[in-house]
Amino acid sequence: MQYTFHWDKMFSGEPAQWMWDGFVTTLQISSISLVCSMFLGIMICVMRMTPFKPLQWFALAYTEFFRNTPLLIQIFFWYNASHVVIPAGINEWMNELFYWFPGPFSLFGHDFVGEWVLFNVELITGVIALTVYTSAFIAEEIRAGIFSIPKNQLEASRAVGLSFLQGYRYVILPQALRIVIPPLISQALNLIKNSSLCMVIGVGEMMFQATQIESYHAIPFEAFSVALLIYLTISLIVSFGINMYNKHFMIQVMY
Amino acid sequence: MHWDIVFDNFDYFLWGQTKFDGVFPFVHDVGGLLAAIILAFIGIFGAFWIGMAAGLMRLSKRWWVKTPAVIYIEMIRGMPLLLLIFWFFFLAPVLLGKSLPAFTTTMICFMIFTGAYVGEIVRAGVLALPRGQMEAARGSGLSQVQAMRYVILPQALRNMIPSFVNQFVSLTKDTSLAAILGVGELTRTGVQVDNREMVASFEIWITIAALYFLICYILTSYSRRLEAQLSRYQARDR
Repeated sequence: MQYTFHWDKMFSGEPAQWMWDGFVTTLQISSISLVCSMFLGIMICVMRMTPFKPLQWFALAYTEFFRNTPLLIQIFFWYNASHVVIPAGINEWMNELFYWFPGPFSLFGHDFVGEWVLFNVELITGVIALTVYTSAFIAEEIRAGIFSIPKNQLEASRAVGLSFLQGYRYVILPQALRIVIPPLISQALNLIKNSSLCMVIGVGEMMFQATQIESYHAIPFEAFSVALLIYLTISLIVSFGINMYNKHFMIQVMY
Repeated sequence: MHWDIVFDNFDYFLWGQTKFDGVFPFVHDVGGLLAAIILAFIGIFGAFWIGMAAGLMRLSKRWWVKTPAVIYIEMIRGMPLLLLIFWFFFLAPVLLGKSLPAFTTTMICFMIFTGAYVGEIVRAGVLALPRGQMEAARGSGLSQVQAMRYVILPQALRNMIPSFVNQFVSLTKDTSLAAILGVGELTRTGVQVDNREMVASFEIWITIAALYFLICYILTSYSRRLEAQLSRYQARDR
């Protein structure tokens, strides 16, 4: 089979437009999930560290369960089966198509009017799945970061006369954050990459658009290559950023 | 609740349409959980050797050895597995002139994808050893390759075992992506039964999640125990 490349088709007309749509949706879904999963992750992490046992068990079960099942299964679960566990009112609300931003506005140099930011049940489901999955990992990262600061630092800060909270505020957290931020950023990167799985429920992100271009315009190789390049560019920029950060801000923790 | 649907289809979840016949390799059209496990095993086996090569190449000081490994590792780590699978699926006809079956495609992709991560594990494992080990080995008359082979790698690999187990866990989870290309593994059987029965989505997806969880949780707890055990015997700088 001789394959003829049609790069010109890829960079004009419908395919280009779809790819751009997908790119914007990918950014949307991953940024919303990132913010939500940071909140949720911190909450789970705090639950894990409270002295109250049932909360600890809940947080442990949460992290273990969501880390040890595939994201794809979770997406299928939230999309196909969650109506059993989610209250009817929320279900109805999710099933109605609605506009998140009512008026026209500009983002990423693009004018959004009406249908552009159509938040539908697929997108919300995708956000929920990504949020829950990522938050379990984020909780673990933060916990590991805080635990990597030797315990005697807290003891020393208490001995110097700081209160428990002050010890955390001025001694532990400034060090822990430096350790935690790089893994958190790479977790964000994972989130962007994982958002590609949302195509299975029909969220119109980049992978979805690539498969659509493949089936409409019969240029699969070109479509997936472009998607690949975009993902790769994002990843390389971010990992370059992490390296820079590490070079400038990483300190050796004193033991 | 329709748990009976899950019970009726449980064997389908476990091995799908696998045919156990007398013809080598004795199982054909593997499916269900069995396919997921087989994919994960073959994947990690291939990834081990690819990752070993890539990791050691990346440690090399010669740029023409190092650069290909760096490009490979950074590229693969920078793209979603799903994209790699699709891309490879459509690349294969361009390269080979004929399209590959979905099972083979995903298997190769799992190897390539996990290989990059294993490469990083290998590199980190070797770098984690004290420099003195290499210097001492060179000092006692071994060549660079010999020192790697007889001194560094035996220690480094031992320390890498927990990371390998973790990588195996994440590969097991990743095998679910094969379902999107139509490989009849565990996730796919879930989709099929769900679409056929229509009423038991909740039960089916909970069951499938539980099956994955069982495997992955056992492995992660094992790796945690290994880590605790091995850390006692590690060669350290301090």
